[in-house]
Amino acid sequence: MSTTYLEAIREGLWEEMERDPNVFLLGEDIGAYGGAFKVTAGFFERFGARRVVDTPISEAAIVGAAIGAALMGLRPVAEMQFADFITCGFDQIVNFAAKCRYRWNAGVPMVVRAPSGAGVHGGPFHSQSPEMWFVRTPGLKVVAPATAYDAKGLIKSAIRDNDPVLFFEHKALYRRIKEDLPTGEYTVPIGQAKVVREGTDLTIVTYGAMLWVALEAAAKLAEEGASVEVVDLRTLLPLDRETVCASVRKTSKVLLLHEDTRTGGMAGELAASIAESVFEYLDAPIVRVTAPDTPVPYSPPLEDAFLPNAEKVIEKARWLFRY
Amino acid sequence: MSAAELAHHCLYFMSLMREVEDRIERKLYRQGKIVGGVYVGRGQEAIPVGTALVAEPGDVLFPSHRDMAVFLIRGVTAGRILAQYMGRAGGVTGGRDANMHMGDLNHNIVSIISALAATVPVAAGAALALRYQGSNGVVFSYFGEGSTSRGDWHEGVNFATVQKLPVVFICNNNQYAYSTPVSLQMACANVADRGPAYNMPAEIVDGNDVLAVYEATRRAADHARAGKGPYLLECKTFRMTGHSAHDAAHYVPKDLFDEWGKLDPIIRFEARMLAEGWRTQAEIDQLHAAVHREVDEGVAWAEQSPFPDPATLLDGVYESY
Repeated sequence: MSTTYLEAIREGLWEEMERDPNVFLLGEDIGAYGGAFKVTAGFFERFGARRVVDTPISEAAIVGAAIGAALMGLRPVAEMQFADFITCGFDQIVNFAAKCRYRWNAGVPMVVRAPSGAGVHGGPFHSQSPEMWFVRTPGLKVVAPATAYDAKGLIKSAIRDNDPVLFFEHKALYRRIKEDLPTGEYTVPIGQAKVVREGTDLTIVTYGAMLWVALEAAAKLAEEGASVEVVDLRTLLPLDRETVCASVRKTSKVLLLHEDTRTGGMAGELAASIAESVFEYLDAPIVRVTAPDTPVPYSPPLEDAFLPNAEKVIEKARWLFRY
Repeated sequence: MSAAELAHHCLYFMSLMREVEDRIERKLYRQGKIVGGVYVGRGQEAIPVGTALVAEPGDVLFPSHRDMAVFLIRGVTAGRILAQYMGRAGGVTGGRDANMHMGDLNHNIVSIISALAATVPVAAGAALALRYQGSNGVVFSYFGEGSTSRGDWHEGVNFATVQKLPVVFICNNNQYAYSTPVSLQMACANVADRGPAYNMPAEIVDGNDVLAVYEATRRAADHARAGKGPYLLECKTFRMTGHSAHDAAHYVPKDLFDEWGKLDPIIRFEARMLAEGWRTQAEIDQLHAAVHREVDEGVAWAEQSPFPDPATLLDGVYESY
């Protein structure tokens, strides 16, 4: 039976709560209501108010309480209703959670789930991709799954990890994609990118919902005779530079794709790493396809113009092939 | 514990904190051996001592930056604290962080961060965990009056009161947050006035009377331990120094120092001990001499502790990578 991305996250949470009594959830409207996106629907009935904690509208308290509980040996999973609101808990994440282990050898085995991304006409405060605010904070781990399989495997790994993990789940994927998942237990390791499609002429490196844009572009380019390799980062911190560089060594051309805005985006860090490590393998400039440096607009024509899509990727890919 | 024994503990830890901090601020700092900032709690020792002596071993403490005695009471040695200030490998954080930015879960002490009120929601989460685990432990959350202006203070207190968590909120109201007086910090006269807004009992305590702090903390901890929810103690005191060792506090009216100097918690308590017959003057002198020797040994221990090896710079960002 096919499982959606949302159901995959649900299953991962459910299985971990059944497996480990120290795992509990906290967040806004996650209990009887089941969460704004219904990821936790049914959890309150199964696990009760002790393990599914409805909180006030207080992101600093949600993250702070998760940190305190994690320091005491529990494994809290905090939900930000939208990733955009994670700013209200920013200090707790980057100054408290991220630095505890380095400063005083105290692990914070906490997960913060954050529905991120655009494409649902959510406007400037329900559409952002805030992952890079955290990727440059040593001590955090940042994951951003693109498939149902990875969403389930990574939420389970995140819960079992002994360091704080931010789990950016793309809200546009929640009910849009589905796949058959293994019936048995599995996890996906944090910190490992994946070659999702093999190719020889061009590498597209991406993550999150843009994986599907990359695959769409790769399929169309294949019709033109181009062989495109697609690398899904899956984890943004720690970053699997080796898998990216190995692919670039193979194809000699690279296009970096993300939904996040351009300046300071993951593409910049990847470009620097590729230039440092495999410069001599490149036979064309490193190309970026990203959202522009604007807030995420609301109206469909504006939002469509903001978001990268297959056409924009194909145009840049063709330019690279002509280079 | 008899009244005399309790009094002895109170005086011993107040004296030890005073001596360690005096040595840091007035000697080692001026000798250039403290490589960073120094923030002392001179004149405020009764607050960490009177509170932490109430704590049970399973209670979890979140001391703030003028609460050194909490560490001493929990068994962290003067030497490790001195090494912490000196940036040595033997310090509580091994040179990773400075001064009172330290914690040790072996002693159930959680470290502050510089945005001090950030510990308040974390303290609430620790209390949530204690209840979750079926412990009857209580969390002691320390902060200054300035912290109560912060949003995360209110978020943490609100969450703790909504959830009826076992937290004792301990405010050290020393009347200045850096140079900002209470009148520019809040419109209410007392931090305790914030309690009713959260349906939380709140009590104002003479923060320079160690036994008054002790008794109030016992009431507060009993309340929290009984499952009745958080309790706010506002300990009124005065910061007898600048904000830090580099601050001469010219903005504080001089007569306030004179006035509060007469209320010094150590001098006051010694008079009480003599009046109650708990200790003789000779015994008090012996106590101070023992403290002096202990701190001498601590300084020697800290000074022989090596600086951290730069080769360890990258270690411990994660459990494993």
